[in-house]
Amino acid sequence: MDSIVQFENVGLRYGTGPEVLSNLSFTLFSGQFYFLTGPSGAGKSSLLKLLYLAQRPSRGLVRLFDSDLMTLGQDRLPGFRRRIGVVFQDFRLVPHLSAFDNIALPLRIAGMRDADIITPVREILDWVGLTARGDALPATLSGGEQQRVAIARAVITRPDILVADEPTGNVDPDMAVKLLRLFEALNRMGTTIIVATHDVHLMTRIKRAQMMRLEAGQLSDPTGALRYPPRPADLTGWAGEQS
Amino acid sequence: MLGLIFPTGHDRRLIPQARLTGPMPWVMAIMLFLTMLATAAALALGSAGQQINADLAGRATVQIVNADAQARQTQAVAAEAVLRSDRAVAAVTQVSETEVRDLLAPWLGSGAVSDDIPLPALIDVDFRTRADAAALARLRGALSRAAPDARIDAHGQWLRPVFDLIATLRWLAVGLVALLVLASMASVMLSARSSFAAHSETIDIMHLLGSTHAQIARLFQRRIALDAALGALFGCLLAAPVLWMLGQAAGRLDSGLVSAGSFGLVDWLLLATVPIAGIALAVITARITVLSALRKKL
Repeated sequence: MDSIVQFENVGLRYGTGPEVLSNLSFTLFSGQFYFLTGPSGAGKSSLLKLLYLAQRPSRGLVRLFDSDLMTLGQDRLPGFRRRIGVVFQDFRLVPHLSAFDNIALPLRIAGMRDADIITPVREILDWVGLTARGDALPATLSGGEQQRVAIARAVITRPDILVADEPTGNVDPDMAVKLLRLFEALNRMGTTIIVATHDVHLMTRIKRAQMMRLEAGQLSDPTGALRYPPRPADLTGWAGEQS
Repeated sequence: MLGLIFPTGHDRRLIPQARLTGPMPWVMAIMLFLTMLATAAALALGSAGQQINADLAGRATVQIVNADAQARQTQAVAAEAVLRSDRAVAAVTQVSETEVRDLLAPWLGSGAVSDDIPLPALIDVDFRTRADAAALARLRGALSRAAPDARIDAHGQWLRPVFDLIATLRWLAVGLVALLVLASMASVMLSARSSFAAHSETIDIMHLLGSTHAQIARLFQRRIALDAALGALFGCLLAAPVLWMLGQAAGRLDSGLVSAGSFGLVDWLLLATVPIAGIALAVITARITVLSALRKKL
């Protein structure tokens, strides 16, 4: 198995504040499915920011697609980012663009012609159950619909890595399962999936997924060992923290 | 093709903007209007300066002031002979007494110039090129021997303050153009920065989806290009009648000495490049501003 992400003694601080992530060391392998868990404030979103290249680490080594993130030239970042699909916790849809155009945005950024965009976007709109809402602006969509648009936008380019921050937080259980199936399908096609979630039931639905748990900016298991299935001890105590 | 310069429909949706209700096209229109006027002034003054120089720098007048009409006429003939023999002189024309009286009439009245008042004999001299100091000194020497009461005045010399004033005004107009260019760049910069700040969320999203800095900068430079093009159009529409009226007024000028400063084909072509240069400058300024702001982001 090829490693796709490698962290060695990684720390992250914002400005001159304290470290929000400390001494993270782990390796993620290509084509695997990972859950990232931990209580609120544990640093999950910060870790995801490092993974989707919104931040550079303050210290340590991060290797992504066999390149050192610390020394990666700024001109190479866009190419790397196009290989990573992101579902943001707050969706981050462009407010002036319709659902269709939001989903099409990564394809347009990649330079695809308008004529080639229509079919894949319509397919994915259909898949997330928003065919009739393609022309709607984000402000007119419900939270769940916005989340589905955000997911569709993240997967439309079939990225090498999909990073999702609480991707099913605003959808009903049926839609959550359906979206998880979409992630699984992508995963079967070779995409490495990293999902940050509090949802225990979601984690148990993907049998071959592995789990990382963060607490106070550090991995619960400081060796970075990834475990599946999660032990009851891993789940107890924080299932209630999701509230 | 226009999509390469101006925003596409998708660009407009991504970074929406108020079109004519926003200040940018109007600021650009005023700036371009003023720049075109200042450029036209610089060109007209340059042309006038050259024209005056060409008209007057090659001319001189010889006056023979002697109360005795006979002696005055003798010296005038001698002076004319000296002038005609000089290699720098192209033409010599003795001004008739009638013409001299006509020249004085507006100041003294037609009846006031009687035969009792001695009038100087005047000789107009046209030089082959310009009346340089060496040629004037040589002629003064020769005239002082042949016609002791002769005095030579180069037109260029007594119009030197006018030349200097025109040159100063011309540089002032060039300075104004430079200041207007700087002011236009500053307004484009402010507009680009404010637009960048207003759409920072969209820019962040595009960044994280893999947009390059050049792609994002292109969005802003296209919208500034459209604003600048609208501004240039309005600026030209304002400037064209003003320039035409000034041209007509200048054409009616007749100083009796010089032709008025007027526009040649090259001048009109230069004026036509002002709006195009304005649009190009706005686009380049917007691009540099946005790229410099993007460099601060990861």
